[in-house]
Amino acid sequence: MSILLVLEDRDGKIGRISWETFAAAQQLGAALNVPVVAAMIGAQTDSLAAEVAARYPGKVVRVEHTLLNPYTPDGYVAALHQLIEAESPDYVIFPHTYQVRDFAPALATRMGQVLISDVVAIGEGPVFTRQLMQGRLSGTYRHSGNGPCFISIQAGAFRADAINTGLGEASVSTFNPILDPAQIRTKAGEPFRGAAQTVDLGSAQLIVSVGRGIKDAENLPLVQDLAAALGAELAASRPICDNGWLPMERQVGSSGQSVAPRLYLAVGISGAIQHLVGMKGSQCIVAINRDPDAPIFEVADYGIVGDLFEVVPALTEAIKAAKQ
Amino acid sequence: MKIIVAVKQVPERDAPVRIAGKWIEESDLQFAMNEPDAYALEEALQLKEKHGGEVVVLSAGPERVGSTIREALAKGADRAIHIACDDLATRDPLSIARLLATAIQPEAPDLVLTGLQSEDLGLGQTGVILAELLNLPHSTLILQVEKTDGGIKVKRELEAGFFQFIEMPTPAVLTIQSGGNKLRYATLMGIKRAKTKDVRTLSAAELAPPNSPVVMLEQIALPKKQKSTQILPGSGKEAAAALVEKLKFEVRVL
Repeated sequence: MSILLVLEDRDGKIGRISWETFAAAQQLGAALNVPVVAAMIGAQTDSLAAEVAARYPGKVVRVEHTLLNPYTPDGYVAALHQLIEAESPDYVIFPHTYQVRDFAPALATRMGQVLISDVVAIGEGPVFTRQLMQGRLSGTYRHSGNGPCFISIQAGAFRADAINTGLGEASVSTFNPILDPAQIRTKAGEPFRGAAQTVDLGSAQLIVSVGRGIKDAENLPLVQDLAAALGAELAASRPICDNGWLPMERQVGSSGQSVAPRLYLAVGISGAIQHLVGMKGSQCIVAINRDPDAPIFEVADYGIVGDLFEVVPALTEAIKAAKQ
Repeated sequence: MKIIVAVKQVPERDAPVRIAGKWIEESDLQFAMNEPDAYALEEALQLKEKHGGEVVVLSAGPERVGSTIREALAKGADRAIHIACDDLATRDPLSIARLLATAIQPEAPDLVLTGLQSEDLGLGQTGVILAELLNLPHSTLILQVEKTDGGIKVKRELEAGFFQFIEMPTPAVLTIQSGGNKLRYATLMGIKRAKTKDVRTLSAAELAPPNSPVVMLEQIALPKKQKSTQILPGSGKEAAAALVEKLKFEVRVL
């Protein structure tokens, strides 16, 4: 028995979410008493393997082929399929990144399996917990088929510093999949940045963030006034930026910026997991929402359950008065 | 260009969540088109407006999904396929994708579009599984689609504010990210026309009999609180005043 952990290359390093996933794999390994095999994949993986070997005295596999750079779903699925056939792990664990979302469901399908995506906790069984209904429910999943169980781990769900480094030396091996250029049907262009960033939410101390509850672009001055009174940056959840009401660069969440200000004041934001992963590290979270069951209240320190159209103007006035 | 758009009907946002067995009480709920799928439909309609062709909307579910299908037809889809299926909740994503794939195959479309994830289960996999089952190239989190000679060029969202262009031959499968286009509303004329458009109903049991699921949703629960939230009671004004006190003396940001 083994757990195959597939780590992701982030600008030549093992990214934070991969280390968190490492901790999740170790937790599962300890519960089942099975070893974790850490794999990295690419055209050149020596530095990634060295980074892992320095912290992990277990089995490390470098999956290498020139056709694995740049990333393509076809290349990754074919290469990892061959590795899984060779290693026959019971579990295959990925970090829940955009790249994993792009190929892992196809890999699982090729093996007659289903990826349990976006896992936030692992329980006895094992069972895997993930969020449903935009964070308003949590569901427990169990793998019931024959063959490996595929899971992906959400950012921030496990602690990267919980990795058990142990003693001893890593055993690093290389696995060379057989790939044919004709198998790779998509041609990937170089990553590029969107419009130049002019707002650095990451370094803001105070943030007022607005969501769907604001209903209309015409109502935005309400939160702009609040942000101005507080001396805060204005941010938003994805739907506000999708509608073009605020520029994309003000978006907080998994597809926007990650922030950790002293104060994050969420106005009319329900708190889907994609938003929470971008702001739950804030020192103090305040939520104003009319729905007492909104998931934002699961992470909020202070909450006001009420109509933002009443609360926000009153709050702006009260802050102005307090600052005088 | 012949485009199939797979859309899912989901409980409306902010729907009341009352646990009933392994799912929530459906009689409490209003249903709507999954928003990412609405963006997929919009992309398909714009491609058709530019290049001609046909947009076929495909949806699996019980009779109620008829309202979502009609909405798609009213917005401009040409015809629809409804996979009548009352056991959606007990099928896993692979089993549902098999249904969709079996319905898609004889249509031989140039493109299959769907939203990147559903707002209810949020597994975010149907499009990618479909691509594998149909043996087609795919890409995910797509904001723009351009036609090229013999294929397409798409703009894919990456993490941390990055994007990339990807080229691939057609037929292909794409999952569409929200925000790439502005969603249209159905016009009165569109709603009227939708009534005369063709909706073909296929039986799920005939398309692909349910196989024993590989993964199962065993239990649902209300999420555990990660923090103990102090709710500030009272009228808007009272709550605002209480919050200012907290911001001043405890959070110390005023």
